[in-house]
Amino acid sequence: MNVLARIGAVVLAFFEAVGRVAIFAGSALYHCIAPPFHGRQVLRQLIDVGYYSLPVVALTTLFSGMVLALQSYTGFARFSAEDAVANVVVLSMTRELAPVLAGLMVAGRIGASMAAEIGTMRVTEQIDALATLSTHPMKYLVAPRIFAGVTMLPVLVLIGDVIGALGGYLVGVYRLGFNASAYMQQTWNFVETMDVVSGLVKAGIFGFIVTLMGCYHGYNSRGGAQGVGVATTNAVVSSAILILIANYFVTESFFSK
Amino acid sequence: MSAPPKIAFRDVHLAFGPKQVLKGVGLEVQKGDSLVVIGGSGSGKSVLIKTVLGITTPDSGQVLVDGVDVVGARGRDREALNNRIGMLFQGGALFDSLTVWENVAFGLIQTGAAKGKAARAKAIETLARVGLDEAVADLLPVELSGGMQKRVALARAIADQPEIIFFDEPTTGLDPIMSDVINHLIVECVRDLGATAITITHDMRSARTIANRVAMIYDGKIVWDGPVDKLDAGENPYVDQFVHGRAEGPIQMTVRR
Repeated sequence: MNVLARIGAVVLAFFEAVGRVAIFAGSALYHCIAPPFHGRQVLRQLIDVGYYSLPVVALTTLFSGMVLALQSYTGFARFSAEDAVANVVVLSMTRELAPVLAGLMVAGRIGASMAAEIGTMRVTEQIDALATLSTHPMKYLVAPRIFAGVTMLPVLVLIGDVIGALGGYLVGVYRLGFNASAYMQQTWNFVETMDVVSGLVKAGIFGFIVTLMGCYHGYNSRGGAQGVGVATTNAVVSSAILILIANYFVTESFFSK
Repeated sequence: MSAPPKIAFRDVHLAFGPKQVLKGVGLEVQKGDSLVVIGGSGSGKSVLIKTVLGITTPDSGQVLVDGVDVVGARGRDREALNNRIGMLFQGGALFDSLTVWENVAFGLIQTGAAKGKAARAKAIETLARVGLDEAVADLLPVELSGGMQKRVALARAIADQPEIIFFDEPTTGLDPIMSDVINHLIVECVRDLGATAITITHDMRSARTIANRVAMIYDGKIVWDGPVDKLDAGENPYVDQFVHGRAEGPIQMTVRR
């Protein structure tokens, strides 16, 4: 009986958490579309999420594209299928690696900082203070961040797609001795609109996950510096896991026929 | 028929999980009164004023402002109500990403009462009332000392001329001289605005300076309520023990919250 009770408690706690996140997400989305809007906050978040994440995403995708070319070349050489390197690089980058890696990097950079900032505002009563100054904290703090995540991550991923393909090109042409125009041609011929679009849709979903988790854990943090630390950890871990899980299901819905 | 009290608590109960914080608080504050609520740490003093602002919601009972029950007020009703209330938070709760004048003018800008230059002018005028000059207006809150931050927070609380002001432990963490300065500023501001004030404190010097009425909260209930000059009359053993700061008496200190 005791064992059953424990299992039950864990299950109930899980569903309670899911319910809380869902209510939080609903409220956040409502405040994203219902005026008034806080233009300055939105702009600040767009710059923070989009512009300042660019170097991290660019470096990650550049080296992923490079290593992908190198690895697939050594693998495919066994079957004399070296020509497929360009296709593998561009397909893996656009469909999988750019969105997932960008999502994970942004989770570490943005999700953590959002949880820490909002968490600190919570424990120093700044969020309560907003409510006393005729400002809805969800609208002022959460909505601009979620909006920035959903809109900026696809932009980052689009740039990452190009840089990743470039990484593959650099290694292919300068290291593996491919013909430059042939490599370009291969890349261009094989990539389809759907590959890029599916990656961008993923990016939008991951952007939502990262900012939602950062805001949710920060908003609900309790008890001083330690509470903010816990919130930050939870934000990063939960967004990373949710990104990987969501990635599977989005892929399933796009490419299973 | 006499006007209803400005603020009234009727049998307010509130629990955080298993911990019963308020166990039937009944208290009335007349218009123009400056009530000080005294009580030990963790006795639910702060929670009491947060029920008026809607930051916490009581489990049962009524909280009346001008005779209207405000428990569960949401959206525009809540905004309109909170517009009439100013609050000085314990730690100041200044927005650390905004400058001093932007903090002070925050409520004015959000409600649309003032914009741009006018908002800044109004902020500087309000800063002058708490004894700060224009030089601090463009600093960030972290650049100020604790006492200065309290003054800025006070300026923010009174900037849009509220009818009701709450002060949550206004002198905590300040040296005795700065405490006295803040106490006198509070007295002046309340008098000049003709506001109704509730101050939460366990600093008896502060209580005697600010109050014209005093209420004592113990174990989730108001155990005594009377004019400030009856504070030393020895009417109530709880008040007597608290005022004289004695370890022996009816109030037993618990270690855990």
